Amino acid sequence: MEYMILIYGDERGWADVEETKLKAMYAEYGSYTQELIKAGIMRAGSELKPVSTATTLRMRGGKLLKTDGPFAETKEQLGGYYLIDVPNLDDALKWAAKCPGTKTGSVEVRPLNPHS
Amino acid sequence: MLGRIVDELARREGPRILAGLIGRLGGNFDLAEDALQDAYERALATWPAGGIPDRPGAWLTAVAQRSAIDRLRRSRRNVDDADAILEQLAAEALEPLDNAGFPDDRLRLLFTCCHPAIGAPAQMALALRTLCGLSTREIARAFLEPEATTAQRLVRAKKKIAEARIPYVVPGADELPERLAAVLATIYLVFNEGYSATEGNSLVRPDLSGEAIRLARLLMQLLPDEPEAAGLLSLMLLHDARRDARVSTEGAMIPLEEQDRSCWDGARIREGLDILDHAIATRRRGPYQLQAAIAALHAKAVSASSTDWRQIAALYGALHEMMPTPIVELNAAAAVAMVSGPEEGLAWIARLEASGELDDYYLLPAARADLLRRAGRGREAEPHYRRAIELASNPAERSYLERRLQEVARLPV
Repeated sequence: MEYMILIYGDERGWADVEETKLKAMYAEYGSYTQELIKAGIMRAGSELKPVSTATTLRMRGGKLLKTDGPFAETKEQLGGYYLIDVPNLDDALKWAAKCPGTKTGSVEVRPLNPHS
Repeated sequence: MLGRIVDELARREGPRILAGLIGRLGGNFDLAEDALQDAYERALATWPAGGIPDRPGAWLTAVAQRSAIDRLRRSRRNVDDADAILEQLAAEALEPLDNAGFPDDRLRLLFTCCHPAIGAPAQMALALRTLCGLSTREIARAFLEPEATTAQRLVRAKKKIAEARIPYVVPGADELPERLAAVLATIYLVFNEGYSATEGNSLVRPDLSGEAIRLARLLMQLLPDEPEAAGLLSLMLLHDARRDARVSTEGAMIPLEEQDRSCWDGARIREGLDILDHAIATRRRGPYQLQAAIAALHAKAVSASSTDWRQIAALYGALHEMMPTPIVELNAAAAVAMVSGPEEGLAWIARLEASGELDDYYLLPAARADLLRRAGRGREAEPHYRRAIELASNPAERSYLERRLQEVARLPV
């Protein structure tokens, strides 16, 4: 079963982080990614660019509205994701618990809804 | 008459049959519940003519399993892994019901119901529904919520188990301590729901404390080497033993020191003490054993004045090391006050208040007011009793606080 690991965090905090800390964090994500690959469960994953690069679309009354920014202004934003394939939720949670994002923000685990 | 027999069977054997069915049906709660319901109906229809089978539990299991197969075949398209489940069912022989080998299916069921991915109210509802066999209506009444709310909670929880694929397993050794803590916490919440929510209509209210004790007994039987499971059972028995003594005929709460100790249930106390001894002998202490040990000291004291407060204060100290929560500290403060005097307890409470963590907790002003009263500063206690009454949600607790308020209000300035 495929699960999405959604990584949320307050991205404003990252602007002031020192270079060395930032490097250490990327290294952590790097080794986490390697672990997922080695376990043979990694399907996809990436960091996302900040919400300032987001564009949100809504179709209303037959008219397409395009707005600058994310769908909602929240304290924590979606900053990256992993897609993994594991037998059940317990395994998914075990892997998600190792994600460095748990330390800086929140990590949400959602099963994919497959359609045959 | 037959209806009563089937009801009794459902209560005694139902949870185990259900737990086994869920396991064999790939964790499908709804299908298992429906199939078991079919089996009860079939029993009511066929037993009058054919007589009650020798092993009614095994009969119900077999009939329920056949009904599940029929249901699966009919709705193959609506159930995700219908084919896989059918294959699996065909392959394995029906487990004999009397063979309660480890791991018991009920243990898997309990861990699944108390999975951390399910919210606490839903965990409790699901455990009561599946393991205690309470109806949705009974659970709703116990939690004083509309039946539709309970029904929705149950539907959502079962849906999450199925759709997020929460596994129907007892967690492995690496996860067991953490997961067991969640199971124990759920059972204790059920107990407290029944123990402190005395405002419910007692006639229709199922005895939640009794159900929690049943669950803890089951857990202890299934995990005999877990001292915290025994600790929780002991704690609940020792508290439950005081049930009749803690509410006056007018429905007001009676504090421990004023309770008529001859109304305590001696048999429950003895059982609680025995179980605690058994747990302590493992030399793996935990928060439930410590709390049970505190309750045991109260239970052993023949009068309030002969209570071993020194020992109780020491136990609260040990408990606080394991569970550094403000509520434990508040209880510790009360024990310290009994040993070193109310002024010492008041100093602890002042520190707690400064932390701001218990701002809306009625027991903080209540404890301060009680200590001021004991310190001979009764008039100063008045605003704190008022504040506690404002914050208390339970009428029995409010009645007690109002009585105290009237007492101190009569004191000379």
